[in-house]
Amino acid sequence: MTHGRTLDLEDVVIVGAGETDLGVVVDRGPMELGAESVQKAVKDAGLNLNQIDGLITCNSLVHPVMYHAEATAEYLGIEPRHCMAVGTGGGTTFTAIRYAAAAIQTGLAHTVVVAMADSMRSFMTRERAMVVQASSGHPLYEQPYGPSVPAYYALIARAHMAQYGTTEEQFAEAMVSSRAWASMNPTAQYRELVSVGDVMASKPIADPLKMLDCSIVSDGGAAIVLTSRERAADMPNKPISLLGYGEGHSYEHISQSKNLTQSAAVESGRLAYQEAGLTPADIDIAQLYDCFSPALLIQLEDLGFCAKGEGGHFLQSGATRPGGSLPVNTHGGMLSHCHPGNPGAMFGVTEAIAQFRGLAGPRQQANPRHILLHAQGGIMSSHATLILSQEYA
Amino acid sequence: MDKILPIPSPVSQPYFDGCKQGELLLQHCSACDRSQFYPRVMCSHCGGDSLTWRRAGGEGVVASFTVVRRPVSKAYDAPYVIALIDLPEGVRMMAQLAGVDVDTVSVGLSVKAQFEAWSDEVTLPVFYPA
Repeated sequence: MTHGRTLDLEDVVIVGAGETDLGVVVDRGPMELGAESVQKAVKDAGLNLNQIDGLITCNSLVHPVMYHAEATAEYLGIEPRHCMAVGTGGGTTFTAIRYAAAAIQTGLAHTVVVAMADSMRSFMTRERAMVVQASSGHPLYEQPYGPSVPAYYALIARAHMAQYGTTEEQFAEAMVSSRAWASMNPTAQYRELVSVGDVMASKPIADPLKMLDCSIVSDGGAAIVLTSRERAADMPNKPISLLGYGEGHSYEHISQSKNLTQSAAVESGRLAYQEAGLTPADIDIAQLYDCFSPALLIQLEDLGFCAKGEGGHFLQSGATRPGGSLPVNTHGGMLSHCHPGNPGAMFGVTEAIAQFRGLAGPRQQANPRHILLHAQGGIMSSHATLILSQEYA
Repeated sequence: MDKILPIPSPVSQPYFDGCKQGELLLQHCSACDRSQFYPRVMCSHCGGDSLTWRRAGGEGVVASFTVVRRPVSKAYDAPYVIALIDLPEGVRMMAQLAGVDVDTVSVGLSVKAQFEAWSDEVTLPVFYPA
């Protein structure tokens, strides 16, 4: 039921966040983790579960259910007036957050939770996980040839090497940076520092990518609570605004890509910067989608943090590491922190919230004003960019 | 364990029938005079539906490639090369690359399609150095 008035995007805010145990979690499955993340996020917002009237969830790859958001609502014992399950994670993680905001803007719901969780590490065999992930390939024209997910991203890495002279050592810097951050995060699954040499010496997976160019496999869940700025006035946390949002979609299957080295992150970034009235120079922290090292490198270029073709040098310069000019994935990202499958990008959101609130411990950045979040799905196919801030014009 | 096999639809069946006969068939749009891959019910360039099947020459150039060291399942013998091939007909397709030293493949390599049985029913194009 709408009230005849549509709120502006700036009237919608994030007021709560919650994370489950992350990494290897054997005592809870996907639904339990999802429910726990909601419980924690709602408590963090100073609310009761029955004050949640909108629920958006991401289906589990491990235990898929027909109507996931509805089943989660039932599990929580709530009867929201708006439920929606999204099929996949990646860029749609931020699409779901934008939908939550739209639901609040239009009066479809007043207080919406976005929750995502899965248990790829402990509730699925490695073999099954590989097959499930590789099923993102085209079933007729790609999958029969036997490409793995790392192989899809290796095609992008190789094209970037051929076009711009990017080196394997430069790709390796992605994990070096990731671990430097993860070493300061007690919730990160892998916290040991690594060198370029360690990455280069790790097991070959799909040339030029090695084991340490690839994200990890984890269990875990995270949820956030959104509501109107008006309602947030009575809540304990300082609200966080959605300053800008954009999407870009140029294909789904990698063999349909017209440009292997430049992605639709250019378009999603342009739209997000435009809506926020900002440029890349205004971004204090970037939480990017580091499923594989070339994905991170190309996002740095396409989102305007360095020139096209310069991603390798940018990573090598240490810019993304602690003390660098653009802290990237301050939680450790999907390369080291947590990557349960589809929910991976949610931990960039909860980390951004922790950074705004000054709760990020040794990785805390001094008063971040603008944090850019980017996620992509498919094989650098579908992109969404979100810019958050605690400031309110 | 079996290799992953395509399940053709009525629209894509001619492509797979062509492979069985050693022909690489592409849909060509007579409205915009362009080819497309993969097969569709409409032209993805102009939205039209004047599609006819044309035989492609089978030549191509490697746009990118990867040597898969860890196979996606036991049905695939690693190492094997997955490549994106650009055809002069203006389409890009994924295929395996065979008949090459996996350590000397390069972007820009000229290749030519041959046809290989993937199962009793299904034949697929595999590219070899031209």
